[in-house]
Amino acid sequence: MAEEEKEKAPKKEKIPRQKMPEQPPEVRRKNFEEVPYGYTPELAMKEAERCIQCKDPRCRQGCPVEIDIPAFIKFIKEGDFEGAIRKLWEKNSLPAVCGRVCPQEIQCEGLCVLGKKDEPVAIGNLERFAADYQRLHGRDILPPKAEPTGKKVAVVGSGPAGLTVAGDLILKGHEVTIFEALHAPGGVLVYGIPEFRLPKEIVFHECNYLKRLGVKFELSQVIGRSETVDELLERFDAVFLGVGAGLPVFLKIPGEHYIGVYSANEYLTRSNLMKAYDFPNYDTPIVRGKRVATFGGGNVAMDAARTALRLGAEHSYIIYRRSRAEMPARAAEIHHAEEEGVEFLLLTNPVRFLGNEEGFLTGVECLRMELGEPDASGRRRPVPIPGSEFTIEIDTAVIAIGSGANPLLTRSTPGLALNKWGYIIADPKTGKTMKPRVWAGGDIVTGAATVILAMGAGRLASNSIHDFLTMGW
Amino acid sequence: MFEIVEREEMAQGTIISNWIRAPKIAQKAKPGQFVILRANEKGERIPLTMADTDPERGLINVIFMVVGKSTALFKTLKVGDSYQDVIGPLGQPTHLEKVGKVVCVGGGTGIAVLHPITRGLKQIGNHVISIIGARSKDLLILEDKMRAVSHELYVCTDDGSYGHHGFVTDMLKKVLEENKDLGLAVCIGPVPMMKFCSLMTKDYGVKTLVSLNPIMVDGTGMCGCCRVQVGGQMKFACVDGPEFDGHQVDFDELTLRLRSYLPQEKLSYDLFKAQLGGACSCGS
Repeated sequence: MAEEEKEKAPKKEKIPRQKMPEQPPEVRRKNFEEVPYGYTPELAMKEAERCIQCKDPRCRQGCPVEIDIPAFIKFIKEGDFEGAIRKLWEKNSLPAVCGRVCPQEIQCEGLCVLGKKDEPVAIGNLERFAADYQRLHGRDILPPKAEPTGKKVAVVGSGPAGLTVAGDLILKGHEVTIFEALHAPGGVLVYGIPEFRLPKEIVFHECNYLKRLGVKFELSQVIGRSETVDELLERFDAVFLGVGAGLPVFLKIPGEHYIGVYSANEYLTRSNLMKAYDFPNYDTPIVRGKRVATFGGGNVAMDAARTALRLGAEHSYIIYRRSRAEMPARAAEIHHAEEEGVEFLLLTNPVRFLGNEEGFLTGVECLRMELGEPDASGRRRPVPIPGSEFTIEIDTAVIAIGSGANPLLTRSTPGLALNKWGYIIADPKTGKTMKPRVWAGGDIVTGAATVILAMGAGRLASNSIHDFLTMGW
Repeated sequence: MFEIVEREEMAQGTIISNWIRAPKIAQKAKPGQFVILRANEKGERIPLTMADTDPERGLINVIFMVVGKSTALFKTLKVGDSYQDVIGPLGQPTHLEKVGKVVCVGGGTGIAVLHPITRGLKQIGNHVISIIGARSKDLLILEDKMRAVSHELYVCTDDGSYGHHGFVTDMLKKVLEENKDLGLAVCIGPVPMMKFCSLMTKDYGVKTLVSLNPIMVDGTGMCGCCRVQVGGQMKFACVDGPEFDGHQVDFDELTLRLRSYLPQEKLSYDLFKAQLGGACSCGS
């Protein structure tokens, strides 16, 4: 009977999407270890079998760095995990990162044909598996490098855009030096994204992979202060600026000076980069609030609210002025936050912070909102309901309503054209700025976006830089 | 790694001076700018305004008071030891200009920060009156160096053990009374000192610079931890400062924010002292 059924229906459609085992919410909300454990080889091969190897794969069109998705999945299906990582490396220097933090549901997986009737292939999970397997069990291999060209490229910023540019150009035979302002490489991957979502060891491993390929890292170098872009241009043939947005945005309401009010950048940098969650073993402290409110509805807000739980919060609120439908965070992040017990106060807008005489935060006064007509962004505009003021008792507030353009580098670089918000104007197809031999990409061009979009911008810029270095244009 | 090539204990070992090998920073640094130091992998990022530089030897000088775990840890570093990270120069350099007659007021380790600024003001042709102070004679630093870069130098001690008996503000009042042609005051030291100096100079209409020392993390304008209210606007000391118009700064808010981590700082320092002492911290 079972045999007959197998013959009738094509085998591929019968395998359900393989779930990634993960820490149960009640356990993980108390620790900083990574939430999903990752696929076993068996689960990965089973999931890979679901891919029907489309002739004209749509998933690939959804990938900002154009990974040959069906090809790497085919290697996994056949159990050739080294083949899979080699295929990924052709287009992506950071597969272990992308497999974890890309919004696959609106990119590759969002276009997968299986998704029309069933669930799409778990492309992100498979990418992560291939990278993790290589890191933990793989042979000591590197992709092939082109002959040295003798050209030198400076990459400013070691976040996703900069690492992508470095990885691409080193393979093409150029000398690459990355300048990083902080004491550890990785940019937002290290200071911003928490350990439980992206273990720092993985970021360091990906950076180490670039080091083994020959990329030089100069840490604690604040370009704009330590050295200017013009000085770099004297030593390098081309400069790529991928410094990120990096300017905290505050709510601009009274009481933001109270002790316990943090920008998301500060809260996450303390916890992630400085490992304040492990204070006093590490020296950097952080307020371990019992009642924490995070303002905003994006991925950074989810990261902060979930960090607060792990730091011991009894209540971790997300306070967001629109409704759930308008939240910009990945669905998976909202889901994880909810599972862990983050409480969502939607259609709620803060008016002022309250504090005591010693300067400590004690609460926040809010207004309830309702949705009115759509605004310029197409989202329905939240309108305050008169007289709806109420107060929430909190001892910690994290403001995660976006980032602005940090002017430290741009102000010290004459010849760069900036838009009215201070972001660098660059050609969207090539990353070329108005300043000769200078390219830019990622959040310092687009404003705060995602890791993979920064990587996509890095890819376009590296292609353009390579053309310039080899052909002169 | 950033090696310590010279080290001196001042003020009975409560204040430490380090000359650190950091050639790139030494080349670039200007008076008023700061560096961020981290002793080791687990360390905090501590901002310190540079006290001096020696570009030819590739050295920078920082002078700090031991106030908690991180500075106590810095104190344990000997000549030949290294800081894991030194980042800089950060912040805006002092805007040095010739205004005629200036008064430079320094208290505690603020004198170390004040010294290169005073020197710069004298070099460009100002008449410099300096006032430095400490709690007692034993805690006073850099008197000779300050004398060398000032036309007039007044020393004050809170307990009267040396120089004028009283606060620097007392002497500042006298100087303000006697010199109606002052074009600038630079006041650097503990927050209450800067606050009261600024209140006083405001009465006399003398433009005043102060150098602020709020808590920082990255030092590049990314985290906003060092935000201060200046003239009713939020400024970041790390990129907009560390120097600001003393008449515009909200010192009370700065004082509150400097207390953000007092309990944690105490815990961390106590654990470290116990570790240094090699015994438990139960007090026996």
